Amino acid sequence: MTSNQWLPLAVIASSLLPGLIIFALPEKRVALRTALNLAGALAKAGLVGLLIAGVAAGEEYGLRHAIAPGIEIVFKADALALLFVTLSAVLWLFTTLYAIGYLEHAPHRSRFFGFFSLCVTATMGIAMAGNLFTFFVFYELLTLATFPLVVHRGTPQAMRGGSIYLAYTLAGGAALLAGIVWLDHLAGPGEFTQGGLLATIPGLDPLTLQLIFALLIAGVGVKAAIVPLHGWLPQAMVAPAPVSALLHAVAVVKAGAFGIVRIVYEIYGVEFAQSLGLLLPLAIIAAVTILWGSTRALFQNDLKKRLAFSTVSQVSYIVLGVALFGPLGTIGGLVHLVHQGIMKITLFFCAGNYAETLGIHKVSEMNGVGRRMPLTTLAFTIGALGMMGAPLTAGAVSKAWLSDGASAAGMDWAIWVLWGSSLLNAAYFLPILHRAWIKLPPPDWPHEEIHPLGRRETAWLLLLPPLFTAAMTLGVALFADSSISPLAWARLIADREYLNMAE
Amino acid sequence: MSPLLDPLAWLILLPLLWATLAFVAADRHGPALALAGIGAQLLCVIALAGDVASHGSNGHLAGGWAEPLGIRLVADGLSLVMLLLTQGVALALALYARSYFSRATPPAFWPLTGFLLAGMNALFLSGDLFNLYVTLELVGLAAVGLVAAGGGAAQIAAALRYLLATLVGSGAYLFGVALIYGSYGTVSASLLGTLITAEAPLAVWLAGGLMLTGLLLKTALLPFHFWLPPAHGGAPAPVSALLSALVVKASFYLFLRLWLGPFAALTEALPGLAQVPAALGAAAILWGSWRAIRADRLKMLVAYSTVAQLGYLFLIFPLLGTGALALQAGILQATAHGLAKAAMFVAAGTLIKVGGSDRVLGVAGAAAHLPVSLFAFALAGVTLMGLPPSGGFLAKWLLIDAALAAGQPWIVVVALSGGLLAGIYVFRVLRLAFRRPTAHDDVPLPQRPAALLEWTAFALAAGSVLIGLGAAPLLALIAGVQP
Amino acid sequence: MSAGLIYAATGCLLFVLGLGGVLLLKALLRRILAFNLMGSGAFLVLVGLAQRDGTPDPVPQAMVLTGIVVAVAATALALTLARRWHALTGRDDIARVRDTGLQIRRKANDRRKAAR
Repeated sequence: MTSNQWLPLAVIASSLLPGLIIFALPEKRVALRTALNLAGALAKAGLVGLLIAGVAAGEEYGLRHAIAPGIEIVFKADALALLFVTLSAVLWLFTTLYAIGYLEHAPHRSRFFGFFSLCVTATMGIAMAGNLFTFFVFYELLTLATFPLVVHRGTPQAMRGGSIYLAYTLAGGAALLAGIVWLDHLAGPGEFTQGGLLATIPGLDPLTLQLIFALLIAGVGVKAAIVPLHGWLPQAMVAPAPVSALLHAVAVVKAGAFGIVRIVYEIYGVEFAQSLGLLLPLAIIAAVTILWGSTRALFQNDLKKRLAFSTVSQVSYIVLGVALFGPLGTIGGLVHLVHQGIMKITLFFCAGNYAETLGIHKVSEMNGVGRRMPLTTLAFTIGALGMMGAPLTAGAVSKAWLSDGASAAGMDWAIWVLWGSSLLNAAYFLPILHRAWIKLPPPDWPHEEIHPLGRRETAWLLLLPPLFTAAMTLGVALFADSSISPLAWARLIADREYLNMAE
Repeated sequence: MSPLLDPLAWLILLPLLWATLAFVAADRHGPALALAGIGAQLLCVIALAGDVASHGSNGHLAGGWAEPLGIRLVADGLSLVMLLLTQGVALALALYARSYFSRATPPAFWPLTGFLLAGMNALFLSGDLFNLYVTLELVGLAAVGLVAAGGGAAQIAAALRYLLATLVGSGAYLFGVALIYGSYGTVSASLLGTLITAEAPLAVWLAGGLMLTGLLLKTALLPFHFWLPPAHGGAPAPVSALLSALVVKASFYLFLRLWLGPFAALTEALPGLAQVPAALGAAAILWGSWRAIRADRLKMLVAYSTVAQLGYLFLIFPLLGTGALALQAGILQATAHGLAKAAMFVAAGTLIKVGGSDRVLGVAGAAAHLPVSLFAFALAGVTLMGLPPSGGFLAKWLLIDAALAAGQPWIVVVALSGGLLAGIYVFRVLRLAFRRPTAHDDVPLPQRPAALLEWTAFALAAGSVLIGLGAAPLLALIAGVQP
Repeated sequence: MSAGLIYAATGCLLFVLGLGGVLLLKALLRRILAFNLMGSGAFLVLVGLAQRDGTPDPVPQAMVLTGIVVAVAATALALTLARRWHALTGRDDIARVRDTGLQIRRKANDRRKAAR
């Protein structure tokens, strides 16, 4: 096996192996478990760095394994895959640190971290999948690995949240499988091909292709939380904050959005999809989701639920970017995949901090929290400003490209949708900021677990990750024009996609 | 190869030998004899596999006497797969039963298991219809004995019901054999395949109907499933596992052989006929899943799950005309289900034994103290739901592919819905296991279970998943069978 | 051949009668007898059709002998189970037995209490 083949496998193994070992560890081996977690995360980051260097230079990384005649597991670490892989690897590192701090003294940590690692393994598999079969295998594995995390606390609410999560994701999986096998039957193995697989196969019935597209998008759309398939996301907020962070920024919703990207660009091909008339309905669904999610967020008092609906809205920016025909829209959508991840994880880290430190779960309890926890609230503010698309933040960069893409595709109404959403974002984030910074704090907090120690407002492991990711939110915007920013990578991918098309 | 060393004969002789020895000797020697015997049988199968791989099939005339008075044993790719499944699962279950019955073995458990295995091996190796009748009876009687062994009134009632059903089934089968012999003067399956044409007399059609219906009764396909839940749900866990994983597969295997072999001309002449088992299978999936979702006791849940999963096997019959895909799907499903169902019953047995309650609610909080058993149950559930990367998923993929190729999209809908329904009852158990135990369902742990109890379940479940990843040789074996 | 045909026809009749008996009768002993009738019917068909061109054909006769042995074993098992059932519950039929088993245990307990 050449290095081009084992490197993708190594990336997957770097979280699978520690995860399997952690399952077997007794509860009290805290140090060993922490060491395994961190070793895995750092190893993964290093391996991903190697992959990036290689792919930027034009190398090809991949692996094939036949399971049955006509059915293969294919791994392909191309530029698009690496966008998702890097996001996941970097954010996993931070989430691991955060989770170690958050779950200190909580029960069943071995089980938690075991499934946590399996989750990330599945995400890596989804990112590097080279065909629809492999994508599906890891997609369902993700469902199975996240369920124990959602129900981790074992309370009745957790069980209920878990049941709803399963109902949606398993049903979505069934739709996805139907679409994939149908496609396999029509056009052979669904290999992800630059420029679109179906564009190269003549003589396929357009109506059938449209039906299959609907099935596929419905299947991945459940995880991507597009309306009306988004109902599970607010319910899954019963999970501990690290799980919410992982689900919303790194793994599950991004997997769904990533699936939509792969299907539109590398199964159908953006030009072929346009000719089948598939892009406009997709854009409309995305627009509806953007506005609906933001509107629902306005009326949520529970902080995590408000953030959940915000995610519903924001992930559809990516879908909108995909549906806007043209390289500018593509770049906007792809770069928002990364930016939204960074911003949302910051917000969830902060929400978790408020809950763990002061017992705050509702927006109405956040009066004056800026004085008690200034650094956390600073990070929260940066994340919120990013969501609104304020200048100098990651969100601004995405929004700019998406707007340009909308006008280039002739869908000017989408610009109004984006602006409307920004206004709604301001409407539900600014009041929180106002409460946190301006209003006076109550006499005592709902449940103060962690008391301030000098300047340290909460545990270090809870404080540092959101600060880092908030810094990244600013960094990716300030250094957007450098050659190592997510924007540069998104432009690389779009160049290769549309270059293929133009030939 | 010298007839003395022919693995075909030893596969039948060995279990007969050790079963007799186990019957004569004291109870405590049973496990050792069984393990040694099944181990040797497994080696025979591997040797046979080598033969079949190189020659395509293998034959053996018992005693050197020619047909039709002599009995011919024959093995091809399909029999090999079933033999492997039987020996593999039996070995794991023998290990499990050894620990499970550490205090009180039901009388005659080991000899009956041996006779059951002898009958099953003979069934997979027989080439003529009458010998198949004898093996069917042997398997049936041994299975009834296992259900009844050492049990109370409920088990006796279940055994009686099972016995009457199985006797009606084999009686119908025998009558069919009699009619066939009267019409053609031979009972050799391979010869009959060439002799029976679409213009066969009414007696042959009647015989076909009787034999196939009799086998449906033995495979517990809806509406003949009434005997299965009490029998499988009430027996001790190792017995339930043997029955659900292996015994019902034997009669299904025979049904498939008859459909594709001697009666091929008849079934092809009436294309609508194939929809009947498929429709019954779809009904079985829906009804069995519904009863499993509503089941009050854990083993009943798993038993009704068997009723549902057997339905999948019959969905392939309208699709058999389009090449090897449907056949591969069916056999892969049978194999994966055999492994998964054995794992599930084994895990359930451990959960019940340790938890002290046989109700589904008794599983609450089990994730804390029986993680391996629960993980095995979950893995087995993944196969039953048809989720990747398991054998059940690959079987479902092949089934959907075959259904699309044959233009029968309703089968796709049934298969996908069945997976979702299975998800409901599997996760019913898993959710309870993760639940934080409340004051109501805190059951004290009598003792930690023997490691073997948990790890056999895990091994079986892992097997059902690994088949999904490395199915290529298995599928090649099945594809080599002439449909 | 006509004698063989009569045997075969009788065999069919016996088989159908036996089948009906197993399915429709209630008492266990009668159902077991009906099963034996089914078997005899099948054997009669085999023997009846066993004469080809005047010379008796040994194969179906061998099959019938084997079948008789199998039927004896099955009958023995059935009778043993029926006896055990009667000893445990005092009943001679398994009608309306629900699969929970609780009903049986309760009835058996009631019977034991009444007997004291």
